[in-house]
Amino acid sequence: MSWIDIADIEDIPLRGARVLKTAMGCVAVFRTGEAEVFATADRCPHKGGPLSDGIVHGHKVTCPLHNWVFDLNTGQAQGEEGSIATFPVRVEGGRILIDGTAVGRRSAA
Amino acid sequence: MSKKLVVVGAGMASGRMLEHLFAADPDAYDVTLFNAEPRGNYNRLMLSPVLSGEKTYEQIVTHDDDWYAANKVTTRFGEKVTGIDRDRKVVIGDKGEVAYDKLVIATGSNPFIIPLPGHDLPGVIAYRDLEDTEAMIALGARPGARAVVIGGGLLGLEAAAGMAARGVDVTVVHIMGHLMERQLDESAGFLLRRSLMEKGITVLCGANSEEIVAGPDGRAAALRLDDGTELPCDLLVMAVGIRPSVALAKEAGLAVGRGVHVDDQMVTSDADILALGECVEHNGALFGLVAPLYDQAKVLAHTLTGTADAFVNKEVSTKLKVTGCDLFSAGDFADAANREDIVFRDPSRGVYKRLVIEGDRLIGAVMYGDTADGAWFYSLIKDRTDIAEMRETLIFGPAYQGGAAADPLSAVAALPLDAEICGCNGICKGTIVDAIAGGATDLGAVRAKTKASASCGTCTGLVEQVLQLQLGDSFKMPAAQPVCACTDHTHEDVRRLIKVKELKSQPAVWQELGWKTPNGCHVCRPAVNFYLLADWPLEYADDPQSRFVNERKHANIQKDGTFSVMPRMWGGITTPDELRAIADAADKYNVPTVKVTGGQRIDLLGVRGEDLPAIWADLNRAGMVSGHAYSKGLRTVKTCVGSDHCRFGTQDSTGLGIKLEKVLWGSWTPHKVKLGVSGCPRNCAEATCKDVGIVCVDSGYQVGVAGAAGMDVKETERLANATTEEEAIELTIAFIQLYRENAKYLDRPYKWVAKVGLDWVKERVVDDLDSRRALVERFEISQSVYRKDPWAQHVATERKRYAPLADLTLEAAE
Ligand code: SRM
Ligand SMILES: Cc1cc2nc3c(=O)[nH]c(=O)nc-3n(C[C@H](O)[C@H](O)[C@H](O)COP(=O)(O)OP(=O)(O)OC[C@H]3O[C@@H](n4cnc5c(N)ncnc54)[C@H](O)[C@@H]3O)c2cc1C
Ligand code: SF4
Ligand code: FES
Repeated sequence: MSWIDIADIEDIPLRGARVLKTAMGCVAVFRTGEAEVFATADRCPHKGGPLSDGIVHGHKVTCPLHNWVFDLNTGQAQGEEGSIATFPVRVEGGRILIDGTAVGRRSAA
Repeated sequence: MSKKLVVVGAGMASGRMLEHLFAADPDAYDVTLFNAEPRGNYNRLMLSPVLSGEKTYEQIVTHDDDWYAANKVTTRFGEKVTGIDRDRKVVIGDKGEVAYDKLVIATGSNPFIIPLPGHDLPGVIAYRDLEDTEAMIALGARPGARAVVIGGGLLGLEAAAGMAARGVDVTVVHIMGHLMERQLDESAGFLLRRSLMEKGITVLCGANSEEIVAGPDGRAAALRLDDGTELPCDLLVMAVGIRPSVALAKEAGLAVGRGVHVDDQMVTSDADILALGECVEHNGALFGLVAPLYDQAKVLAHTLTGTADAFVNKEVSTKLKVTGCDLFSAGDFADAANREDIVFRDPSRGVYKRLVIEGDRLIGAVMYGDTADGAWFYSLIKDRTDIAEMRETLIFGPAYQGGAAADPLSAVAALPLDAEICGCNGICKGTIVDAIAGGATDLGAVRAKTKASASCGTCTGLVEQVLQLQLGDSFKMPAAQPVCACTDHTHEDVRRLIKVKELKSQPAVWQELGWKTPNGCHVCRPAVNFYLLADWPLEYADDPQSRFVNERKHANIQKDGTFSVMPRMWGGITTPDELRAIADAADKYNVPTVKVTGGQRIDLLGVRGEDLPAIWADLNRAGMVSGHAYSKGLRTVKTCVGSDHCRFGTQDSTGLGIKLEKVLWGSWTPHKVKLGVSGCPRNCAEATCKDVGIVCVDSGYQVGVAGAAGMDVKETERLANATTEEEAIELTIAFIQLYRENAKYLDRPYKWVAKVGLDWVKERVVDDLDSRRALVERFEISQSVYRKDPWAQHVATERKRYAPLADLTLEAAE
């Protein structure tokens, strides 16, 4: 793993999300608690809804287009066939760090 | 001959270490113990009970002179160690050097002081040692003394509660949204805050300190917050965190990160120097609680006496030592895979418990109000016990395996007898209880006897719950539809309980009404958010995260994830300048579709989310504001040309429509609200199928309500005839405010009126002039907050929320 510092925790409102652009496409970064974050693919497997625009509750997000509900831990949709990719992310000293390898960041060299 | 051991720091960790050392081998070392404080080892944790007056200093001393003498410890208390000469193997104290064979650094940590202007004034203290404690105790002896505590964590709250117990007027200023955010979630934070307020402590959350202001005597006299609030104080206590005390080790050239680096045997980068306690860093971890320090003490003593041992960092648990605030927290709530929450709430006892489970293991536990099972949960966490078998009943604790689920009736059971249940008729719980005792055993009988729930009917669920509580199994509860799986309450119950129990925040609702999830779901959160802002417009702050994306981003999301932008066109009137600005915006932002809507305005469809603030700023500059085409709020007021141009027009329908739109815009409602004003009964503005539709006639204005032309089609019903424009406007506002205060979330007015009856509405809006006026007044209070253009607000303050958090593709390309 290679942890990359992407933002301050306060850049995401509590129970909100923001989009991170990566080589793997858009990643949604969710803040579920004062110092708790998750990262998943931003695209809903149903019809492409932007999950970062969904309502965040517990460790779940509801897709804004047709209300599929995803578990942010596993990426699994609740009661539906479908799942989203999840990425390692953590908070340290108020900063959000994401695993650069997982989101496909090539090294600068 | 014994070897020479020098210990720097006589704190919690070194005291325990010396006990282990002498137990293992009393003669191995000649010990010299330095302490900067002018005293020996005492139990620092117990400073809080000393502060609150529950203990004396003498009672918390752990090692006294006799003990040091018996163990032949040379004590150099009140003497600070200023340097270590590793080449000569001596430590340098204020009063001279001491040679060592082995050296132990146990210097603890220093309180962190935020470098606010004024932080170095006299009267600003931390909370770490006996001197600090004595300063706070002295304050309690002064009548009318005031204190401000910065920091709502463990230490800050213990300082606040201790001073309050001594009669000091205390305000706690906390930067985060709720207290002890590292240990607690919001609901437990809400309960804690309430208990502290009951002790007379003022708690300000989300408060940012800006400056400590000096008084004429040069001492700290007030804390100023960034919103300008000044909190006067005689003493200011900063309890915002600690930093390992590493200066000594660093100067001596030892390896130091955030703390003094030690290995599993507690040895630093110098084989003859060991360290333990809050000053060390072990595998990247720092320490702030004593439990792991006691483990370190044992390991360090073993290392000194040549016994193999290794320190392992385990989960810690926390308790708040404030009488009357039973709080326990252990383990981990931070991110990890495959987690599940179990929440238990007993609002009547003020109890909250939450367990975090990962796979078949318990990994975290928080409890408030009833912490009896804390130790049991803590042991399950520490031992990584497989809890698969107990999963269902785990939350009830060891004594209650196989117990019952949370009682949905508890919120109603907890209401006092004088709590109002039926707001329309002013009937309180006691009256209903009496009626039931007097033989009214079903809803109809209670209604007949007390009038409770006989009017608008929103309290029906509550009356039924009182029946159920009084009659038990002999009353059969009709199956009412709860809001969602998070609660057993209906929308009507939730609305009523928010009012009678004066619940003013979402955590308050979740806790007091026994929500079964930590923080609701996409169904209940928007409803609760609306109910709170409708009932407490000045006290409750709207929560964008509890809104559907359209209302959070003030634009309608499209099927491809782009948005539509629709500025207001007051009453359907526009100007060439506005049209030019719309055309320019459409060009500038490559808007694929420009459409005239069914609501008499122009929709720009297909705008990229990131462009929203910019396009709004352009439209704002041309004098346009959000059309709220996305909101459960006022949408459009459709008008016809009216008497200004039309040969049949009886009144200025366009003018009235514009006036209505200007008073009503920005207001949030249970569902969307659309109006129409037609200039004559030919009804070109289709007013007779709107939520409120006004048809102008020669004698005035026919105000109709509860029409529909969506999934259902229904003609409006006549609310009243008004003779003046002002009266028509007042009737409209009063009707909409009554709807805002009473309807279920997502009921359009026609559905709500069908439930409560038009007569009930007329009584309040038409017949009773005081009630009408009060409704209009309450609407105006709410509009003082909400009649603002959200586009302009977001352009000014929320712009960055629309941009990506970061763009890693750019860095990769470099
Ligand atoms: C743009 C517009 C259609 C148009 O091109 O003309 C429109 C577009 C939408 N309507 Fe509408 N309605 C529009 C006028 C109407 C009208 C006619 C009117 O207002 O005179 C009606 C019937 C009257 C009424 O309100 O009932 C109407 C009844 C609905 C309904 C059914 C509501 C009901 O209670 O039965 C929905 C669904 C809902 O709200 O739950 C709906 C929902 C929608 C949504 C918001 C669907 C959605 O959730 O995404 C559409 C958004 C499209 C977008 O992305 O912008 N729209 N919609 C009209 C905007 C009017 C405006 O200027 O604000
Ligand atoms: C009010 C209060 C309440 C607390 N409550 C709890 C609780 O309920 N539960 C819990 O687990 N923890 C609690 N803690 C934290 C706990 O007290 C600490 O984790 C613990 O005391 C740390 O032990 P230590 O030996 O590392 O440091 P300390 O106990 O701070 O001892 C370090 C000593 O070293 C001395 N020193 C420092 N530098 C030098 C030097 N250069 N020369 C000579 N001497 C020096 C200092 O004067 C100090 O006396 C509380 C702390 C406070 C202040
Ligand atoms: S009628 Fe249906 S398809 Fe057309 S805008 Fe309204 S909601 Fe969308
Ligand atoms: S696109 Fe997400 S639920 Fe349909």
